[in-house]
Amino acid sequence: MTNEALQKLINDWIPDLEFSEEESQFLNITVKPENLHQLMSDLKSNKETSFDYLFCLSGVDWQPELGVVYHLESTTHRHIIVVKVKTTDRENPVLDTVCDIWRTAEFHEREVFDFFGIKFNNHPNLKRLFLTDEWEGFPLRKDYEDEINMVIK
Amino acid sequence: MNISLNITETIQEWLMSMMPEGVASIAAMVTVALIYLIIFAVAGLYLVLLERRVAAWFQLRIGPNRVGPLGLLQTMADALKLVSKELTGTIKADKFLYNLAPYFVIVSSLMALAVFPFTKEFQAFDINIGIFFLIAISSIGVIGILLGGWSSNNKFALIGAMRSGVQTISYELSVGLSLLTMIVITGSLQLSEIVEVQKQGWLILQGHVPAIIAFMVYMIAGTAETNRAPFDMVEAESELGAGFHTEYSGMKFAYFFLAEFINMFIIAAIATTVFFGAWLSPFGITESLPWLGVFWFLGKTLILVFLMMWFRWTFPRLRVDQLLTLEWKYLLPINLINILIMAIIVWLNLTIKF
Amino acid sequence: METTLIKSNFKSEEYFINMGPQHPATHGVLRLLLTIDGEIIKKVEPDLGYIHRSIEKMCERDSYQQIVHLTDRMDYLSSHINNEAVCLTVENALQLDIPDRVKVIRTILGELTRIASHTLWWGVMGMDVGALTTYFYGFRDREMINDIFEETCGARLTMNYNIPGGLMFDIHPNFVQRTKDFIKHFKTKLPEYDTLLTGNVIFQKRMKGVGILSKEDAISFGASGPVGRGSGYSCDVRKHHPYSAYDKVTFNEALKTEGDTFARYQVRIQEMWESMAIIEQLIDNIPEGDVQVATNAVIKLPKGEFYQKVETARGELGVYIISTGTKNPYRVKFRSPGFSNLSLLNHIAVGGKIGDLVASMATLDLVIPDIDR
Repeated sequence: MTNEALQKLINDWIPDLEFSEEESQFLNITVKPENLHQLMSDLKSNKETSFDYLFCLSGVDWQPELGVVYHLESTTHRHIIVVKVKTTDRENPVLDTVCDIWRTAEFHEREVFDFFGIKFNNHPNLKRLFLTDEWEGFPLRKDYEDEINMVIK
Repeated sequence: MNISLNITETIQEWLMSMMPEGVASIAAMVTVALIYLIIFAVAGLYLVLLERRVAAWFQLRIGPNRVGPLGLLQTMADALKLVSKELTGTIKADKFLYNLAPYFVIVSSLMALAVFPFTKEFQAFDINIGIFFLIAISSIGVIGILLGGWSSNNKFALIGAMRSGVQTISYELSVGLSLLTMIVITGSLQLSEIVEVQKQGWLILQGHVPAIIAFMVYMIAGTAETNRAPFDMVEAESELGAGFHTEYSGMKFAYFFLAEFINMFIIAAIATTVFFGAWLSPFGITESLPWLGVFWFLGKTLILVFLMMWFRWTFPRLRVDQLLTLEWKYLLPINLINILIMAIIVWLNLTIKF
Repeated sequence: METTLIKSNFKSEEYFINMGPQHPATHGVLRLLLTIDGEIIKKVEPDLGYIHRSIEKMCERDSYQQIVHLTDRMDYLSSHINNEAVCLTVENALQLDIPDRVKVIRTILGELTRIASHTLWWGVMGMDVGALTTYFYGFRDREMINDIFEETCGARLTMNYNIPGGLMFDIHPNFVQRTKDFIKHFKTKLPEYDTLLTGNVIFQKRMKGVGILSKEDAISFGASGPVGRGSGYSCDVRKHHPYSAYDKVTFNEALKTEGDTFARYQVRIQEMWESMAIIEQLIDNIPEGDVQVATNAVIKLPKGEFYQKVETARGELGVYIISTGTKNPYRVKFRSPGFSNLSLLNHIAVGGKIGDLVASMATLDLVIPDIDR
């Protein structure tokens, strides 16, 4: 399915979606955190989109927003879409988990929690993955400072 | 003493000329024991070297060749290193059992060596229940492994020990039954008599088909008894680290290690004695030179040892449930039927005698 | 007939066991927390981070040329392909026109890397199921490839041969001949692998029906590479999103539908044959031309987001770069194949024995620095 057709189809499902194809090779959708889970399960279950393969889940610190970027691909239609979700709460950022939709998200979300401190509602096992439990701060955030371990330029 | 003791007798007579009878008997036993201990400690070390060279040959390598000529002193150096190493242990280990375990293993394997007829004369202890004694002694070793695994206070060691227990108890049956199959022909448990019977042809020929089946079952079960690949569940380094001897170091580890090789020698030596005519030469070609018996005995044993090394370096390891399936569902029934066939063959006088 | 123990003093208890970070089967510093009932695995919980170097954070500090060198240290067995992934991302972002010579050489080296990685995997796979000899057979053939690499770029493992814009320098004059020699050699040696291990009854009993992963689960867990293809999930990036010279060659995607460890094993063996076929198609007609396109000394990517996937020996590696137009990337994310493949370990190992866990883990072909990054 082409990007235009995808945009046309998905636009009717949920209000307040932002579409963009600028500065990216894929179709980008920005969704509000409260609509994230609904959109994601629709993207997977809808026969025409059937995005069943979440191939990349990355946390991003956009300053001031924190967010997650989901790269989705359909193994039947072979189209790719990018979903972005942002939250401005840096103290206690909370998003919905998608690991009930794609099992791979379970590990990836733990990684995001580890490095960005984004909490995921309903995640079965949300704890630090790489770092120790007593680690302070979230290293991949832009405002993270660690004078001992980081080479600061 | 009314049992014939060949080398023991010679030594005893010599000692009797020097001291009173009671002291002489004890001194004779100690002397023989020491001779055997030294011979087989060294032999065990060289089996290690042999294994390493064989492994190297299988694995496109050269193997140890630096220490001494052709690397012959390599295992001596290794042994020295092991002696000089610190004996470590876990804090909450059961100290007494932990220290006891290696001795169980090494003593039981050394004891078994006493009964083998290396030649007609070179046999320390020709007991009339020879085979029974061997089977009984070789099952003591597993107690050492169980103790070692349990007392180390390490879960990997415990799993290894439990596997060892389950494996040895199962495969003991097959070892015993396959040897029993051959006893049907010889009618005696005494090793010297078993050899006598084979002067009319090695038992593997006398017993033909069932004997060959019994030999194959024996080799499989025997390899399992020694806990060697493909039945090395006990160590299974990719699963359990080092299995039951994870927490052992230095000389205590060396005892386990040495015992494995001596056990391998024992299994091969039993097969040589029971299936391949012990020190008898093929077609009696060296009958006039009885001392060459040692050569024949060791030659046959080493061929079988090589066979076991061949298994180890080419086969993957079985899984623990497959190991038990193999024994209880295949080897044991085959064995039982095989005994019946052998009994019928002996009854109908269908054995081949030269 | 079912029998139940009415009165029993036996109390069976599940217990924890720590597999790793130093354990022969984890091939690196992976720690698995196993919950075991006797010998049966109830739960596998990986504990990561023992070799985490925060490459993604380091990338935010470094220039694009420097990033390439960090990627060697992720999946060190596919270092060339990792380098290529970053270079492709940067080149696509700059819209550089890469010469055909570069594309072909990259593809040949990529496939050699794949063979080298698979031979090493085959060796340690055999060791994991207890066949110790396989290791040396695998290494014998891998050495030849490493020698070719060494002659080409001076390094045997962490190659650093790719730079954004092409290759660091041209191939060695012996390269073509030695690669042909290797292919000739390996065509006689690869059947030995089957004789030694694949056909072995014990091996097949150990592998078949163990660690089953269905196609749906494979997709849901984000499995890629031979793990996905062993479950019948066509996920070869070289086929679906061709890069470098993969659109010029014909090869089959190795697919098996059983989804067990033996299927994954066979896929990798088949892939070695396919890799040889790819190299054979390209080695005789490497186009003449430059091996570099000139780039600025300081590469600045245009503002935007760039994503490139490549097929490493382990599966799909994704490089996601967010650029704000400066000389450093704003955010780099490496979607490593091992990370997703590890996440399904618990799924396929539960219910099996410890031996099955080791066999399953071996066919996932985990490289821990790739997971930890």
